[in-house]
Amino acid sequence: MTTVDLGTIRRLVSVTVDDVEHRVPEGATIMDVLDSAGADTPRLCQAPNLTPVNACRVCVVEVEGSRPLVPSCARRVEDGMVVRTDTDRVAHSRRMVLELLGSANDMSQAGDDVARWSIEYGADPERYGPVGPPAAAGERGNRHAGHHSAPDGETRATVAQPVTVDNDLYVRDYARCILCYKCVEACGTDAQNTFAIAVAGRGFDATISTEFAVPLPDSACVYCGNCIGVCPTGALKSVAEHERREAGVWDPEGETVTSTICSFCGVGCTLELHVQDNTIVNVTSPHDHSVTHGHLCIKGRFGFQHVQNVAPPRDR
Amino acid sequence: MFGAGGGTSAYQEVEDTDLVLLWGSNARETHPIYFHHVLQGLRKGAQLYVVDPRRTTTARWARGHLPLDVGTDIALAHAMGRVILDAGLENRAFIERATTGFDEYVRAVEPWTLERAQQVTGVDAGLIRETALAYARADRAQLCWTLGITEHHNAVDNVRALIDLALLTGHVGRWGSGLVPLRGQNNVQGGGDMGAIPNKLPGGYDVADDEHRGRFERAWGSTVPAVKGLHLSQMFEAMERREVRAVYVVGENPAESEADVAHARALLTGLDHLVVQDIFRTATAELADVVLPSCADWCEYEGTVTSSERRVQRVRKALDPPGEARPDTWILHEMARRLGHDWGQPSAEEVWDELRSLSLDWHAGMSYARLEAEGGLQWPCPGLDHPGTPTMHTRLWERDPALRGAPAPFAPVEHAGPLDELSAEFPLRLTTVRRLDSYNSGVQTGGYASPLRRDEALCVDPADAEALGIRDGERVRMVSRRGAVEAPVRFDPAARPGLAFITPHFSEQVDVNLITNEAWDPQSGTSEFKATAIRIEKLDVGSRTAAAETRVPVAGS
Repeated sequence: MTTVDLGTIRRLVSVTVDDVEHRVPEGATIMDVLDSAGADTPRLCQAPNLTPVNACRVCVVEVEGSRPLVPSCARRVEDGMVVRTDTDRVAHSRRMVLELLGSANDMSQAGDDVARWSIEYGADPERYGPVGPPAAAGERGNRHAGHHSAPDGETRATVAQPVTVDNDLYVRDYARCILCYKCVEACGTDAQNTFAIAVAGRGFDATISTEFAVPLPDSACVYCGNCIGVCPTGALKSVAEHERREAGVWDPEGETVTSTICSFCGVGCTLELHVQDNTIVNVTSPHDHSVTHGHLCIKGRFGFQHVQNVAPPRDR
Repeated sequence: MFGAGGGTSAYQEVEDTDLVLLWGSNARETHPIYFHHVLQGLRKGAQLYVVDPRRTTTARWARGHLPLDVGTDIALAHAMGRVILDAGLENRAFIERATTGFDEYVRAVEPWTLERAQQVTGVDAGLIRETALAYARADRAQLCWTLGITEHHNAVDNVRALIDLALLTGHVGRWGSGLVPLRGQNNVQGGGDMGAIPNKLPGGYDVADDEHRGRFERAWGSTVPAVKGLHLSQMFEAMERREVRAVYVVGENPAESEADVAHARALLTGLDHLVVQDIFRTATAELADVVLPSCADWCEYEGTVTSSERRVQRVRKALDPPGEARPDTWILHEMARRLGHDWGQPSAEEVWDELRSLSLDWHAGMSYARLEAEGGLQWPCPGLDHPGTPTMHTRLWERDPALRGAPAPFAPVEHAGPLDELSAEFPLRLTTVRRLDSYNSGVQTGGYASPLRRDEALCVDPADAEALGIRDGERVRMVSRRGAVEAPVRFDPAARPGLAFITPHFSEQVDVNLITNEAWDPQSGTSEFKATAIRIEKLDVGSRTAAAETRVPVAGS
């Protein structure tokens, strides 16, 4: 008897979005319908190669018969479902998510989409006052529930803190972390199954942390970098990118991206080599390829120094 | 297998299977992204069994880990076959329709009772039985292997014994059931497919096949020898006999990667002429008369590579190569021109299109445009309208004998332990292994800063070390029948009493191939890297071995 169910053929169901009817395969998410209809639905914690975790709530929609707003990334369609995206309630909720994240986090490397959505929904983080003082290095990662003091009301709360650089391959810039869980998912059951990181703490003190907040080299981390690959805000990035940004020579406009195949084993992972100034600055993989689903190992993502025409960071 | 040298299944199939049997494979570390697919299968309910002498990170995911003694794979496979036959779980319909040689196979496995197998392999009889029954009872099962099967003096026999298990149970040629050799380099599969095998032409045609060889001869306007050429191990033997006096090495580092490497270096040094074409000044290049600097083709030139699921994919130029480095094909064409054959300088696509015009069954349908648009294609892909072939040998399940084609033969192979036998003088089994963050002789991975990397060490079980009065971290001498090298000892939970291991990644630290056995498989030419008999000696304070002086400079160090 088989233990692994290969599933059955999916039928089509009818879904109405903003008064327009769509026929889609059962099992599709509302976001699948919105995407195929060409809607510009904001998203932060959603990725096509990860299981939805409903963390950011920026993709919410109204569903007839549902009292709370519904995260479109996770909710599967049902036959006869009626969805509205054009209501004040949806717009207000999306604005608040973008505004509150923008007030506490550095969203400056979150990409053009986030910048566009912030304008579109009128997010104004400045209305919460000037940014409060940053935490000292390591402080936020070691807070205990209930041990933080109440805000003074003069400044807005922030997750600002120094960048964590504790290894040669990647940095953790948690002033940019919006707790979208993507890195945790990629490190966990969605891809790598290493479980080196998880969300620790509660409420505003919650952080992405290794076990007991130890440095990465003391953790279970195997440096596949799949957390970097899914991070939407630049909180996790390669040392190569971090150093170039710090040195003021980061040049995304001059970057070329070339697809090739990794040379380090016979699996044949597609690599996208991000090259600036004839130097590889990042390696990613397309999420829609059947071999990698966007995920790589340490050799594929970082093992390119032998073709670089500049010395590695440690030798400079 | 069955006439086509390639795995039978797409990676995706391991997510849709009921049972995964990884044999001589530490895929978690050596094929991490394939193991992602395995893990998806496990999350859906598949069972994993791992056959490996070591307690690897792969084995930790297994429902059953069969820690066999190195080189007893055929004994284990045959015992499993016997269990399956005794339980009446063989797939009679498949065997009768699609195979030959079943009776001989039954006779070959007959002596392998569980008791005898436990004695020879060291694996618990109950675990062998459980694994065999689980494999036979699964609706779909994937059997994958790596160098743990092939780096032995009887590599091909080992593989045949595994194929026998698949034939016995019908676990081949169906979605989710198949045989997958996980290749160690991005183009091991493609190199063979392109004819870099002594008896094959590009596309898998045999050199002795007059009809197909004739097509190649007409296309190339020259005569192709109809006799099998030499494989690497035979080349070294021919060097020894002084029949081969000039060698042209392309992208290989035999002065570090060969077993019994001191011997290999002596032979390379004694040649009349040695040409090395490589992206680095490797240890082999240091011995060369001429060094031709080439591009790293995976990122500095154009072309294709073929993966373990027979998927042909494009590599592309992302970087300008350094200095005088040139693409391998440019160098070869320039070499031809200077030898009096002006082939011009065709583009990578033009070279590929010539291949497509000759490899009719496998590659004819794989235009560059399709490879680009479809994310690669899996051979056989005989026409532009053919979708490629994720699952091979489905023909074996056809009801119509004409469609079913040639039956797949069982191979009644015999168990034969490692040639480098354990003895009172050499009581410890040394095997070579790979680590997640490093690659082969370290030429390419030595350059990047891996936080996982530690200095090379001889990894042993604490019990073996303590019996010799050796501490964790102590520097020792390991001695085989061929030589001796020094290394620090590390206590490692993946080892077990009687079994030590080391990697080939850091020959500048520990030149382990000075002591490995060059005895090779007569069918594949692969040396017995996995099974060396050694002893460990304590060092006198301040002593030095002669072996240390035979080191040659290496790249990437």
